[in-house]
Amino acid sequence: MTGENFENREENKVDVIVVGGGPAGISCAITIARAGKNVVLIERGKFSGSKNVFGGAIYAQPTREIFPDFEKNAPLERKNVEHKYALLGEDDSTVVSYKNTKEDAVSYTVIRAKFDRWMAEEAKKEGVIIVEETVVRELIVENGFVVGVKTELEDYYCNIVVLADGVNSLLAKQIGLRGDINPEDVALSVKEVIKLDKEKINDRFHVTDDEGCVYTIFGGSMLGMLGLGFMYTNDNSVSIGLGITLNELVERKIKPYELLDKMKSHPTIAPLIKGGELLEYSAHLIPEGGYKKIPVLYGAGVMICGDAAMFVNNLHWEGTNLAMISGKLAGETAVIALGKQDYSEHSLARYQEVLEESFVMKDLRTYKDLMNVMHDRKDEFLGYYPKKINSFFKMFTSVNSVPKTELYWKFIKSIFKDRKFSVLIKDGISLMKLLWSILR
Amino acid sequence: MSSEKENLEEKLYTVKYNSDTESHLQPVQDCCRFCKSKACTIVCPAGVYEWNEDEHRLIVNFENCLECGACRIACEDKSLGWIYPKGNKGVTFKQG
Repeated sequence: MTGENFENREENKVDVIVVGGGPAGISCAITIARAGKNVVLIERGKFSGSKNVFGGAIYAQPTREIFPDFEKNAPLERKNVEHKYALLGEDDSTVVSYKNTKEDAVSYTVIRAKFDRWMAEEAKKEGVIIVEETVVRELIVENGFVVGVKTELEDYYCNIVVLADGVNSLLAKQIGLRGDINPEDVALSVKEVIKLDKEKINDRFHVTDDEGCVYTIFGGSMLGMLGLGFMYTNDNSVSIGLGITLNELVERKIKPYELLDKMKSHPTIAPLIKGGELLEYSAHLIPEGGYKKIPVLYGAGVMICGDAAMFVNNLHWEGTNLAMISGKLAGETAVIALGKQDYSEHSLARYQEVLEESFVMKDLRTYKDLMNVMHDRKDEFLGYYPKKINSFFKMFTSVNSVPKTELYWKFIKSIFKDRKFSVLIKDGISLMKLLWSILR
Repeated sequence: MSSEKENLEEKLYTVKYNSDTESHLQPVQDCCRFCKSKACTIVCPAGVYEWNEDEHRLIVNFENCLECGACRIACEDKSLGWIYPKGNKGVTFKQG
């Protein structure tokens, strides 16, 4: 099936073309190059990372799988030692925190324009040919096989194309591996990177020079909405943003940056970024459809990885790790297929098989019901209960000469006043159902 | 209303662009006219889309596009023509 059909364009032909120079694409390309195959990676931006936005943090263990020495060489900002979960009410907040400075790093904050660019340079050193500032407009399909890509300037041919072209993946749609994405299956994230002195960051977030703090923010400007806020500390800046399901914005007619501005002005958040200078505003989509919305992952001559494959674990804020590992697995599958010279659907099915065995699909399957439950019960789980937790602590910390028993009963009664008994039971059942779907 | 716009302009002022001369965003105006939600005018994080009631058409400030794709997915009848800008054009994030 391969060989003789394409002899006339042998000169332009490579083993594999990877579309997209983010964590998935680079991990895939470097895996293929390390096996001695020739691979071209096509990036639409000026350089890798120049079109990318995330929270964000990269994860140490999965990154080590691709770049064993990255902790010595890569441009890292801070090692995250503290995770804070802030439930914001209208004006008050309850914050739960976990801190551990002694453990090995789990994650580091990075700036994508520096970190992805570094990864791309490493890939180049290992033999990946990187073509930048080039947009793949279309896949070339012949006899049911994807055999190359059309860019604005020329056509490139290959045996396998790996799509790591990000959340919008127009290419996966072009060849029917997936349909249109629905507004409820993506979150729009807006982010600001705010310049702050290192000392101010250390003081305000209670960390030392190389240590960082991650905030997960519930409620606040997004009370009752399917959205979360985040804050990460970089070397000399703080990244603050939020991700909100696209249909929330449409239905409520709210602009994403207004939600962010409101979150920034919350009394719990505002002092942390006070006096900072806005370095950059950015936006990006997050694929949040979860397990049920994963596209068809492979076809004859083609595989999909990273955001393009909806590989995001939104509860744990994981994405770049799923991207890297899925890229690696696609790369390994490509190498085996090249060895057999078999690029058929059957041959590339191995990609799905190894993904199913890996944490990537296992984790996505674990949370397969999460988004459904959250869509249905967001008023409760992201609105009423966070507010109620805050009002519990308001009661608990109050000193007003009212006997405590009275305060407790007043609080308990208020729950039954707010919600019918049957509704409370329903809340409990959906929480139990969700927990069961995760644990079974 | 205008302070909201100024506020967004301040944010966008921090973004580095290399604008193309032609738009990579092509709404089908006949569809826009009948579109009830005008979702693109709400969701766009860069305020690219504005509905001009007098001219009855959608104005597209494509130079401000952050290339997120929210408008494409939110578009009510999926009629918005949306492609990535040419390779050397569009936004370059330095702090993503």
